[in-house]
Amino acid sequence: MWPRLERRAEASPRMRCLSPLIAVALTIIGGLAVFALLGKSPVQAFAVFFVNPVHDLYGVSELLLKATPLMLIGVGLAVGYRANVWNIGAEGQFILGAIFATGVALQLPESASRWWALPLMAVAGAIGGGLWAAVPAFLRTRFHTSEILVSLMLVYIAQFLASWLVYGPWKDPQGFNFPQTRLFPDTALLPVMIEGTRLNASFMLAIAALLGAYVFMQRSFRGFQMQVAGQAEHAARYAGFSASRAVWGGLLAGGAMAGVAGMSEVGGPMGQLTTQISTGYGFAAIIVAFVGRLHPLGIFFASLLMALLYLGGEQAQQYLNLPASISNVFQGMLLFFLLAADLFITYRLRWAAPSFGRRAWMQR
Amino acid sequence: MQLSARPDAPRLDLRGVCKRYGALVANDAIDLTVQPGEIHAVLGENGAGKSTLMKIIYGATQPSAGEMRWCGERVEVASPRQARGLGIGMVFQHFALFETLTVVENVALALPGRPDLDDLASRIDAVSRRYGLPTDPRRLVHVLSVGERQRVEIIRCLLQNPRLLIMDEPTSVLTPQAVKKLFETLRQLADEGCSILYISHKLDEIQALCHAATVLRNGRVTGHCRPQDETPGSMARLMIGKDLPVCERIASSSTGEVRLQVNALTQAARDPFGVDLKDIDLEVRAGEIVGVAGVSGNGQQELLWALSGERTIEAAERLHVCGVDAGRLDPAERRRLGLGFVPEERLGRGAVPQMTLASNALLTAHGQGMVRHGIVRNSVVSAFAERCIAEYGVKCSGTEAPAQSLSGGNLQKFIVGREIMQSPRLLVVAQPTWGVDVGAAAFIRQALIDLRDQGTAVLVISEELDELFEVCDRLAVIAGGRLSPAVATRDISVEKIGVWMSGLWPDLAGAALVGAAIHEEIGHVAQA
Repeated sequence: MWPRLERRAEASPRMRCLSPLIAVALTIIGGLAVFALLGKSPVQAFAVFFVNPVHDLYGVSELLLKATPLMLIGVGLAVGYRANVWNIGAEGQFILGAIFATGVALQLPESASRWWALPLMAVAGAIGGGLWAAVPAFLRTRFHTSEILVSLMLVYIAQFLASWLVYGPWKDPQGFNFPQTRLFPDTALLPVMIEGTRLNASFMLAIAALLGAYVFMQRSFRGFQMQVAGQAEHAARYAGFSASRAVWGGLLAGGAMAGVAGMSEVGGPMGQLTTQISTGYGFAAIIVAFVGRLHPLGIFFASLLMALLYLGGEQAQQYLNLPASISNVFQGMLLFFLLAADLFITYRLRWAAPSFGRRAWMQR
Repeated sequence: MQLSARPDAPRLDLRGVCKRYGALVANDAIDLTVQPGEIHAVLGENGAGKSTLMKIIYGATQPSAGEMRWCGERVEVASPRQARGLGIGMVFQHFALFETLTVVENVALALPGRPDLDDLASRIDAVSRRYGLPTDPRRLVHVLSVGERQRVEIIRCLLQNPRLLIMDEPTSVLTPQAVKKLFETLRQLADEGCSILYISHKLDEIQALCHAATVLRNGRVTGHCRPQDETPGSMARLMIGKDLPVCERIASSSTGEVRLQVNALTQAARDPFGVDLKDIDLEVRAGEIVGVAGVSGNGQQELLWALSGERTIEAAERLHVCGVDAGRLDPAERRRLGLGFVPEERLGRGAVPQMTLASNALLTAHGQGMVRHGIVRNSVVSAFAERCIAEYGVKCSGTEAPAQSLSGGNLQKFIVGREIMQSPRLLVVAQPTWGVDVGAAAFIRQALIDLRDQGTAVLVISEELDELFEVCDRLAVIAGGRLSPAVATRDISVEKIGVWMSGLWPDLAGAALVGAAIHEEIGHVAQA
């Protein structure tokens, strides 16, 4: 008796919600197996990885701090993904946002006030990320290029651009030749929300972005139009919804939000631009968007989970002598298990002995 | 157990075939026997289980219970490939063609081995000429109209010299002449010993063609008959369990205001295999239904794109919608002028397959107070969808049912209802009842007539002549991208329209020229 896949009559909405939870459970089980194979006690490793990082207020604040850029980028990407616009280059847009915000921060006069300096930096970040995302949008709508490839390739250009700036024109003269800019003046730093932690105002910005995206994606007519354009091109044309507007909207939303996240990084925990700006948030946010089912509430929890994997990875380095790449292993497992579990949204497993046609699942 | 085929055994013999999808019983203990050389009709409304049964015979799905005998020998058909190996060919109602491939490549995929494409192309040419199914083997499938795709399906089957040919609604897109030609072909095939399973809702055709009929209702066999001994009315009763509804219509000769006017519209086709529109003149007035007949692929698609705004017209004054120059307006702007539009393709164009019926109501009816300050008012949307489902008798699980879960006929009722409920001043409808069962078709036609009586201008573009004659006040014919003058339906016969469909209509300057060009193109249809 062999199991076989059978297509469901209708996609299962229950499975759509359960799938990320199954993926998380399998990731944890897989992670414990990895720990065991590396000769660590799974119980202890679990505690270090998943409990230690959040056992005190500071830990929780760090979790929220890490989750902030993931929320911002993830929700921006979700707007595009719902319209079948596949922006894979949020990392590059994140870097450009950081660069633009840094450009503003470094030019601020002595007399600058936080009240206009920070919004200006945020807007500059959004413009930077948006411009970087406009390139694939233009090429896709004008020449039908794949936005997946273009946006991804632009990531590497962005990384080199940031390197050139911090090694060249923007290098801190008093920085002992380190590849970094001057530290930002206080007016260009996001205010800390809880004394004694690094959690800053950008967290509130991320929450606002999630709420805004909820209204846009779930309730607004424009959001509906983008969704139609993404799901059924001919239906969109029939109804008079512009397909190119959906491409532009999807890419610009992702780019601008990633740019704001970049600003929150240089204007927050980093306080300057360095070559360390590319931390992989832009790629991790892709996983966040999918684990969160492209829904703002899901993205909120998925960001927390992903942030926990980052923090857990750091703890595992410190206390368990595991390599830094352990975080990436967890991210990879999470995405892998999610995609595997997603198969069961449209298929189900049948154990019945097949009397007719063993290969039924291969046809339609 | 290996039985040798007995010569006197039925070609196909189904016993107690059941098919369940979860709780839904699509086929319930079906018995069906088809003799060699017999043309056997399977009659039934949409959802009666005809398509499921055919898929089982063709190996595209497996029965939950029951057995199938092929020439007396018990077989289990696990795949269409195996079915084709036995000698079963099928023309699906929903086409199974790859859109990005050419006709000849599509045909090659269905054949065993790796046929030589050039050789195959000439064989396709030969078959298409012999059976009056004009097709260019080198065209890409995605540019073909529904009717042309069906021809490809038929040719694909005929190339394999089948011993049982399953035809699902094969004539809905052919001219009367081509239908006659196809029937000759089918009779010839039957005389040569090929059995034919013929699914159709056109009862007069079944009467003319078929030797025997099996009637299905709600997944069960409800009767057998010899179509020659029956009338279309008696067969309809067997099929739907009651008398066939008849459209009530009083002919109208409208002098209402002109709602749609096309002036000398000439437009080159966007894709290389499309049909160029040449010098189209058309006028539809408030309170009349104008029909456009024609064999598919003669410019209907292009004309519809131009009317709906899915393709805009450079010279804005060539098209007036409700008195406004509308050539350069996009579909949404034309809707605001009062245009409603029901496209030929339901899934993917008229409706978004994965979205709910409520969302699909929002797709075009958003002007009905469904959006305020950019925010969708869900209560208004569901109320509209609910009313549409109730008033148009759409069978579905509710407003949250995805569009793709509905049968073709039910989705069509929803789309027609959605457009009519917006009280359009001008309604353009393409293939209103294509693949829709008789009950639903009569309902949709009546809805169009009622809309006309309320003063709407209605344009119907259809490949079904019976339908056009039933509902239209005036008729025009499209052929080779040109449109004939519109004449009052009562002044013209089906035969004459059939001749016009090959591009030969009188009283136009240069008509002979047009006729010659088109004759070249589809001449082999008319040649017996």
